[in-house]
Amino acid sequence: MAPDEPIVIGGMLVISGAVSYLGEDSLGGIELAILHRDGQLLGREIEFVLEDSLCSAEGGQAAAQRLSADESIVGVIGTNCSSAAQGAMPIISDAGLVMIAPSNTSPSLTDEDIAAGGSHLPGYFRTSHNGLMEGMRNAEFATDVLGATSIATVHDGDPYTEGLSRVVAASFADLGGAVVFEGAVNKGDTDMASILTEIAVVNPDVIYLPLFEPEINFFAAQMQHIDGLEDTVIIGGGASFMAGFPENTGEAAVGIYVSGPLVTGNAYNTFLAAWDDEVGGTPPSGYHAHAYDATNILLEAVAAAAVELEGGGLLIGRGAIREALAATEDYPGLTGNLTCLEESPFAGDCATGAALAMFVITEAEVYDDNWPPPVAWNFASDSPGQAEL
Amino acid sequence: MDILRSERSRIVVSLGLLSGAFILFAGAVGMIEAFHEREVVDKFISLGQLLMLLAPFAVGFVAASRMAHTDASALTLLVCGAGVGILTAIPTVILLLFNSEEFRFLLDLTLKLLPLAVASYFAWQRYRAGADPRLVAGAWLAIAVLIGIVTYSFALVFEIKGELRTVLVNINRDWVDVVTFDHRKELMTGILTLCLATVASGCVGAIFHLIPDAPRRALLYGLGVTFLVGAFGETVRLILQEHLDRDTLKEIFRRDTLRQNAALALFVVSTVTGFLWAMFGQNLRHGISTMEYSQRRVLNGIGMLLFVAILLSLPWLIGRTLSDVAVTIGIFVLMGLGLNIAIGLAGLLDLGYVTNYAVGAYILAVLTSIGPLGLLKGTFNFWTVIPVALLAAMTAGFIFAMPVLRMRGDYLAIATLGFGEIIGKLAISDWLKPLIGGAQGVQAIPKPVFLGAELKNPEQLYYIVLVACLVTLFVSIRLNNSRTGRQWMAIREDEDVATAMGIDTARAKLLAFTLSAATGGVAGAIFAAKVGTVFPNSFTVFISINVLSLIIVGGIASNPGIVVGAIVLIGMPELLREFSDFRFMMYGALLILMMIKRPQGFIPSKIVTHEVRQGVKLKPAAAE
Amino acid sequence: MFKWKTDEFSWVDFTIDVLRVLIVLAVVVGAWNTLSSGRISLAQWVNLFAAGLSQGSIYALIALGYTLVYGILLMINFAHGEVFMAGAFTTVFFAEALNRTGFLNEQPLLAILLMIVFAGLVSMTVAILLERIAYRPLRGSPRLVPLITAIGASFFLQYTFRGLYGSGFKAYPGVKALQGAFSIGGINIPVAQVFVFCSALILMLCLYWLVERSRIGKAMRAVSENKEVARLMGIDIDWVIMFTFGVGGFLAGSAGVINGLFRPQGVNFYMGFIPGIKAFTAAVLGGIGNIPGAMLGGLFLGVIEAIGPNLVLAGLGIPGANQLKDVIAFTMLVLVLIFRPQGILGERLSEQKA
Repeated sequence: MAPDEPIVIGGMLVISGAVSYLGEDSLGGIELAILHRDGQLLGREIEFVLEDSLCSAEGGQAAAQRLSADESIVGVIGTNCSSAAQGAMPIISDAGLVMIAPSNTSPSLTDEDIAAGGSHLPGYFRTSHNGLMEGMRNAEFATDVLGATSIATVHDGDPYTEGLSRVVAASFADLGGAVVFEGAVNKGDTDMASILTEIAVVNPDVIYLPLFEPEINFFAAQMQHIDGLEDTVIIGGGASFMAGFPENTGEAAVGIYVSGPLVTGNAYNTFLAAWDDEVGGTPPSGYHAHAYDATNILLEAVAAAAVELEGGGLLIGRGAIREALAATEDYPGLTGNLTCLEESPFAGDCATGAALAMFVITEAEVYDDNWPPPVAWNFASDSPGQAEL
Repeated sequence: MDILRSERSRIVVSLGLLSGAFILFAGAVGMIEAFHEREVVDKFISLGQLLMLLAPFAVGFVAASRMAHTDASALTLLVCGAGVGILTAIPTVILLLFNSEEFRFLLDLTLKLLPLAVASYFAWQRYRAGADPRLVAGAWLAIAVLIGIVTYSFALVFEIKGELRTVLVNINRDWVDVVTFDHRKELMTGILTLCLATVASGCVGAIFHLIPDAPRRALLYGLGVTFLVGAFGETVRLILQEHLDRDTLKEIFRRDTLRQNAALALFVVSTVTGFLWAMFGQNLRHGISTMEYSQRRVLNGIGMLLFVAILLSLPWLIGRTLSDVAVTIGIFVLMGLGLNIAIGLAGLLDLGYVTNYAVGAYILAVLTSIGPLGLLKGTFNFWTVIPVALLAAMTAGFIFAMPVLRMRGDYLAIATLGFGEIIGKLAISDWLKPLIGGAQGVQAIPKPVFLGAELKNPEQLYYIVLVACLVTLFVSIRLNNSRTGRQWMAIREDEDVATAMGIDTARAKLLAFTLSAATGGVAGAIFAAKVGTVFPNSFTVFISINVLSLIIVGGIASNPGIVVGAIVLIGMPELLREFSDFRFMMYGALLILMMIKRPQGFIPSKIVTHEVRQGVKLKPAAAE
Repeated sequence: MFKWKTDEFSWVDFTIDVLRVLIVLAVVVGAWNTLSSGRISLAQWVNLFAAGLSQGSIYALIALGYTLVYGILLMINFAHGEVFMAGAFTTVFFAEALNRTGFLNEQPLLAILLMIVFAGLVSMTVAILLERIAYRPLRGSPRLVPLITAIGASFFLQYTFRGLYGSGFKAYPGVKALQGAFSIGGINIPVAQVFVFCSALILMLCLYWLVERSRIGKAMRAVSENKEVARLMGIDIDWVIMFTFGVGGFLAGSAGVINGLFRPQGVNFYMGFIPGIKAFTAAVLGGIGNIPGAMLGGLFLGVIEAIGPNLVLAGLGIPGANQLKDVIAFTMLVLVLIFRPQGILGERLSEQKA
C-alpha cells in the first residue's frame, strides 16, 4: 500500500426496506468510531465504503461479492441481519477478509458443525451477543430473579426472534420451568388480541418477547386490556433495548424487563451526546454501540497487523488482520470487555456475555426521555460464577 | 400584465416551476444530499449538484425549443433561459429562508396567510365569472377553513417543534451545505450562488438550442457518456478492473470516482466520435440500407455471431461482481419467460408467481442440503433435483390453477395474489418448521458440481442460467406458434368466443398455468443453489410484483422485451445499490413514467403494438 | 386424452367440490375441538370479537377507498394503502404538537376532530395528486397498465414519505379520555375500541348519505354506470373521478388517525402496505364496487382474523396458530372468489366488467 493511500473498511448494512433503521443505527456507530479517531489510523485517512446488504441472504451475498472485489478493503463491518450474514459469509471467508457483525445473534453463525445446523466459516466475528448466550442468561433471570415457574415465548417469524425464543424456551425447561406456550405473530400485525387471549388461557408468569418495533409495542400496549394477564411480566430481547421503545409504547412499557449491554461509566452518555451532535437525535435501534465497538476492534486489528515498509509504505495482510482480530482480548468497548472466542459453538463471538444485563423500564424512560433504564440484574456481578464462558 | 399572459411567459413559468418543484422535492426527500456523496468527476462536481443544475439546463433547452416557432431572437431565448433558471431556484430559496433562524417568522406568516390568499383568489375568480355574491362568500369561507386547518396545524407543529429538521428530517445542515454550494454560514451569499448557478445553467440550456444540429448532438453525446461513466463509476470500474492493471485504473478512477483528466479525455473523445457519427453516420446507414440482400445477410450473420460471442464471454468481460448481477438478472428473465406464458400468451393475470419460485427453491434445499433438514443427504445433487423441482412446481401450478379456472381478470389476479401470500406465510410458519425450517430456513445447500468442479462462482453459475433461459426461450417460441399457442391467443382475446369455437378453455388455461409454473421452479432451484441458503423472507409478494413489472415494462409477450425489462428493473437497482432507498423511489417513478409514456413497453411485441395502435384493447380497462 | 369439460362431468367442478368439503370439515373439526375443550371463556370470545370489530372498522374505512375507485374506474388502486399512511404519518406530528400544548387532553373531542379533518385533507391531497398525475393519463388503456402504475405509485409514495419524515417508528400520544374500559356484565370493553367503531360508523354513514342522497353522489353513480351517457348528461367526468379519489383519500386519512388513537404505535412509512392489502381483501370479500359490501367485508375480515386462529387452527392442533391468521384471511378470500365471486353483498358484474 502506497504512502498516500487511505485505509478502506467496508460495510454491509441494511439501508433500505422495512428494517432500514437497523442499518442507520449501525452506520451512526461506525461513523462515530471513525470520527473519534479524527478519521485517521496510522497517519492515514480511514475511508468507509457502504453496501446495502438488505435483510436477506441474497442481499448479503451481493454486497459481499461487491466488497470482496475491492482489493483495497481491509475488513468489513456487517451484516445487520443473520440471514444476510449467511449469504455473505462464504464469500467474505473465501476472499480472506474478515466481517464483524454488529447485530447478528443466530447461534448457527458461530457454530462449525454443519450437520447440526451450524455454518461458521473463518473470518466471521461478531460483537453482538450470541443468541445462545443471551437466551440462557434471560432464562436464568426469569427463574432465579423473578422466580418464574412458567413461561410463554412469542416470535415474529424473523430468524432472530425465532432463534432467541427457542433458546430461551429450551434453557428455561432445563432450569426446571414449564414452557406453557410457544407462539408467533406476523410482522406487520397490529392486532395482538388473539394471541394474547391464548396466552391468557395458560397464564404464564413470564412472557419472553424478543420482538422488534412496532410489534412489541402493540403487544405490550394491548396486554393491558386482556383480563388474566395482570401479573404476567414481559422480558424483552435486545431488539427492544432502544431509547424510543418506552416512549413509543406509552405507560404499558413500565415494568418491562429488557435485556441489553451494560455500559459502565459515562462512556455511553458521551457516545449519545456525540450522536446527537453528529447524526442528530437518538439512535433508532439498540445495536449502535455494538457497531461502534466492531469498528474499533477492526481498526485496532488493522493497526496491529500493519507492517511499516521502507519509504512510508504499509503492508497489511488480510490473514494478519484475521489473526489479530481473533487475538482480541479484553478490549474495553462500550458494550463491555470484548474477547474473541475461537471454539465452536462460539467461534468468532467477541461478546462474552460479561456485559449482559437486564434493565427495567420505569416511568422516567416513558415520559422523561431517560436512557438507559436502571439495571435490574447484572450478570457479571450477580452471578459471578457464570459470568465468563 | 400582458407580458405575463403571453405564450412565452407561460412556457417559462410552467417549466421553471416544474424544475423548481423537482429540486425542492429532491432536497426534501434527501436525494440531493445523498447524491452529493457520489462525485461524478473527482473534486469537481457531485451527482447531487449535477442534479440541481441539470434540471434548469433541461427545461431551459425545452423552453427554447418550444419557442422556436415564434422566431424569438437569441436574446429573448437567453432571457427565457435565465427566467427558467431563477424560477428553478425560487422554491428552494424560500425553503432556505424558512429554515434559517432570522427568517423563520416568514414560514409562520406564510402558513397563516396562505388560506386567506388562496380562498380570496378563487372567490375573486368566481365573482368575476358572475357568480352570486352570497355563494362566493360561502365558498370563500369553506376554502379558507379547509386550507386553514392544514396550514395552521403545520404552523403549530413547526412552532412547537422548533427547527424544520425535527419534522422534515432531510432539511438539515447537509442539505443547506449542498444547495448553497458550501455557504451555510453566510446564507445570502449562498442563495445568490444558487440563483447564479441555476440561471447560468438555464441560459446554457437555452443557448444549447441555438447550436447547429450536428455539433449539438456531438456535445450532448459527449456530456452524456461522461455523465454515465461518472455516475455509474462503480460499474465501469468493476468492468475495467478485469482488463486493466491496477496502476492504469488508478489513473482513471479514484476509487469509484472518475478523475478530472480522465473525464476530460473521455469527454473529448466521445464528443469527437459523436461529431464524426453525426457527420458520416447518415452515409453509413444509407450504405447499409442500399446493400444487396446477400450482403446484408452476411452483415446480419456477423452481428449474430458477435452477439453470441458476447453472450458466451460475458462473465469474462464483466468480472465476478457483475456476473453475480447477471445471474440475478438471468433468474428473473427465466421467471419472466415463464410468467409470460400465463400473462402474455394466455392473458391470465397471475400475481402469485412467487409460489412456484418458492416451491423450486425449497425442493432443492430440502433434497440436497447437508444440514440437519436435508432429507436425503448426498443422494441428490443439483442436476438430479432440477427435474424434480420442475415437476414439483408444475404440480403446484396445477393444484393452484384448478380452483381458479373459472375466474377472470382482476378476480384471478386477486386470488393468485392470495395464493402467493398463503405460501409465504406457510413457509415461515412454525407448523411446517420440522420440514422446511420455519423462520430459520434451510442452510448448507451444496453448490452444483460439474465434471468434478464445484460451480461456486457467479461466472460459472451464469452458464447454468444462460442454458436454462435459452431452453425456456425455445420452448416458449415453439409453444406460441403451436396449436395450443393459438388457443391461448383466442382465450386472451375473448374467452367466450374461444369457448364458442369449441376450445376446451379449462384445459388450455390449466396447461398455461402448469407450464408457466415450470420455469419458476427451475429459477427457484437455481436461486437456492446460488445463495446456498433458503430463508422464507426471500419469497414475498415483491417477487411476483417484480416479475410482472419486468414483463410489462419490457413489452408484454415480447421475449427480447423481457430481457430488457429484467436488466432495467432488476439489474439497475443492483447497480444503483449505493443510492440505497432512492432506487425504490426511482423504480416506482420509472414504472409510472413508463406506463404513461410508453405503455407498450421498451420492446413491444408486434401483435401487441398492432393492437395498441389500432385502439383495440387487450382487455378494456373500463366498460364504456 | 380425456376432456376437461363435458356436459356430464367436469373435473373443475369436482375439484371445487372436494375443496369445499375439505374446508368445511377442517372448520367444523377445529371449532368443535376448541369449543369442546372450553379453554377460552365466553368473556374472552366477546373481547376477541370486539377487538376484531374495531380492527375491522379500520379495514372497512380503507376498503371504501378501493371500492369507490373500483366502482368508477374498474381499477385496483394498489397505492391506496400509502394514501392511508400519508395521513397517519403526517398527523403524528400534529398530534404530538397538540399533546405538547395540552389541548389534546383538555378538549379531546375537538382535538380528535381536528386531527381527523387534518389527516383526511392530507390524504385527500395525496390521492388527488395521484389521480391527476399518475392515473388520469391512463384512462382507457389495457387494465394491466393502471395496475402497474399503481404498484409504482405505491413504491414511490412509501419512499417519498420515508425521505420526508425519516424511517424511525413514531407513536401517537395517549388520550386520557380513551383509556379505561366499559364494564358490562363482567366483560370489559376498552373505550378506545368503542370509539373506533363509533367514529368509523359515523364516517361510513356520512359516505352513504353522500353517495345515495347528494347531487355529486348521483353523478358518481351515473359515471360508474356508464361514462358516455353520463358525459352526455352534462356530468364533468374528470371532476367526478377526482372527487371520488378525494373522498376515498379523506376516509383513508381519517382511518389513519382513528387507527392511531386506537393502536398508537408503529407509525412509519411502511405502515400502509399491509393494511392496504388487507383492506383490499376486505373490499373483495364484501363485493368490490359495493359500498355496504366494503363495510361488511372489513368488519368480517377483522372478526375472522381475531377469532379464526383460536377457533379453528388451535383446534386442529397447529402450532403457532396465530402466525397463520393471514392464511385464514386469504383462504377466505379465495373461497369467496370461488363460490361467490361477486362477494358477500355484491351483485354479479357483467362479463364485460369482470
